[in-house]
Amino acid sequence: MKYVRLIVANLMWAKRRTFLTVFSIAVALFLFCTLRTVITSFDAAIRASDDTRLVVRHAASLVFPLPLAYRDRLTQVEGVTAVGYGNWFGGYYQDPKNQFAQFAVDARTFFDLFPECVVTPEERQVFLAERLSCIAGKGLIEKYGWKIGDVIPLTGTIYPGEWRLTLRGIYHGASEDVDENTIFFHWDYLNETVPEGRKERVGIYWLRIASGDQAPAVSARVDALYENSSQPTKTETEKAFQAGFIQMMGNVQLLMAIIGSAIVFAIMLVTINTMMMAARERTTEIAILKTLGFSDALVLRLVGGEALLLSFLGGVLGTGTALALFRRMDFTANGMFPNFRVLPETAVFGILLALAMGLLSGIVPALQAARLQIASALRKVA
Amino acid sequence: MIDADPASNGHLVRLRDVHKVYHRDKIEIPVLAGINLDVKQGEFLALMGPSGSGKSTLLNLIAGIDRPTQGEVRVAGESLGELGSSKLAAWRARHVGFIFQLYNLIPVLTAYQNAELPLLLTRLSAAERRKRVLLALGLVGLEDRAGHFPRQLSGGEEQRVAIARAFVADPTLLVADEPTGDLDAKNAEEILVLLQRLHREMGKTIIMVTHDPHAAERADHTVHLDKGVLKT
Repeated sequence: MKYVRLIVANLMWAKRRTFLTVFSIAVALFLFCTLRTVITSFDAAIRASDDTRLVVRHAASLVFPLPLAYRDRLTQVEGVTAVGYGNWFGGYYQDPKNQFAQFAVDARTFFDLFPECVVTPEERQVFLAERLSCIAGKGLIEKYGWKIGDVIPLTGTIYPGEWRLTLRGIYHGASEDVDENTIFFHWDYLNETVPEGRKERVGIYWLRIASGDQAPAVSARVDALYENSSQPTKTETEKAFQAGFIQMMGNVQLLMAIIGSAIVFAIMLVTINTMMMAARERTTEIAILKTLGFSDALVLRLVGGEALLLSFLGGVLGTGTALALFRRMDFTANGMFPNFRVLPETAVFGILLALAMGLLSGIVPALQAARLQIASALRKVA
Repeated sequence: MIDADPASNGHLVRLRDVHKVYHRDKIEIPVLAGINLDVKQGEFLALMGPSGSGKSTLLNLIAGIDRPTQGEVRVAGESLGELGSSKLAAWRARHVGFIFQLYNLIPVLTAYQNAELPLLLTRLSAAERRKRVLLALGLVGLEDRAGHFPRQLSGGEEQRVAIARAFVADPTLLVADEPTGDLDAKNAEEILVLLQRLHREMGKTIIMVTHDPHAAERADHTVHLDKGVLKT
């Protein structure tokens, strides 16, 4: 502890350089956390997926609906314990910029199939009883300032027209990975309102199965049922369904990882250069410390400690800023990144990365300082 | 006070046939040639000689911050050539206080913190360190400048802080390399008086390199070095 003061004193001596170095590390770590959060928020839906929930959709594409008539046969498939269904609504609130997920769902089965969307029993009861009602996630409530009883006008794009839904419940996620930026309303209301040719059409079915082990067998049974029909199905676990959705965006994750690594590497080179300059400027001071009896190992720790402390401060600043910023502000990008928040493991990884940067950038100047020959260093000064 | 070292025949410092050769590219530059020197405990020795005669090199060998090419340097009971790097560092911390011509205080530390540096290597508590540092700064008359940085001190004051740093850990030997070389006459006189006090009142063994005959007069003995050879 008594040596920490020495390290701090050295860092405070060149305040501007210390600040700029800490700031550059902080920027690198902020960007790293942001890019990593893009990746983890992509994965949030996968993490929130239920192993005992299967998704049934048209085999050709999600664009094509399935008949409502499939519901009764699906309930009879061996291994299926519950069936729900819904349609992606694809509207916006007041302005085309205000986009978020909206689903018309079978309200009777919704809460059993999606227990991770938690509402109070009273809200649930009112929602079930009122055909024009909806429930909205906590994130949307905070963003738009809605209150229970408010009428939320949605402009449909897939289903044109204005749809006025009354807010009767606010759900929150049972875990942090659950998207709280979605509106769920009655499929019956949608079905009654659409033109005749679009009635009785379901975007996806959700099936509840007893255990995740049964998923391959149940999926195969469902798809076999409609194999030769004009509207064949593709059944998969919710996890696989979400993963497929993400894959549609191409290898964004790899791109993010490459950009993140490049930023960190570039900043590390800057830090190494700064630390080497700082150590070189202090050749005399290091020689003096050694003259006083500071051992090579202690000098190594002092010089290396400076790099570590700088990087740690930068890491805490960058990671902390990302944590605070994305907690307070809306970065859901119109629902593209639901739950855009820095995960604890991202923050820990960021700090560890900063420490690794400190270690790597400090090792060369620390070794140079440790190997410094006192007599020759002092001779150069004299 | 350390126990008499039988191998040094009771001397605190004993050099035998010490040679030092520097290598610059492929050229050998002999600096010291066959130095034999004995310094008793409690002695104040002045080491004089022209520039390039090897005075500072000899001082560095005695202080354990450089190693001889040949010969034995025995100080405070240890043959310095036999000590590894970390043991030599610990030995320096315990036995040597070094005073430089250019003071060489750490610019980022206050006078107090500079004087405290050697004590950081001891097991003393913070309170004990503080007591000793204030005592040392008091002895050099700078207790009231403890919080000042080197840039806020005059050259004479800086050198007095450097002297406080040199003796604060109560080393066996004080070595001073041209301690008055960068000072005006008044400040130089103050430094010499201070070194004399350390020698007389505290019984410190001091080896001082100097160009200045007036400074050398303060020592008990003076030895001359010329072209790497001692001339008594």
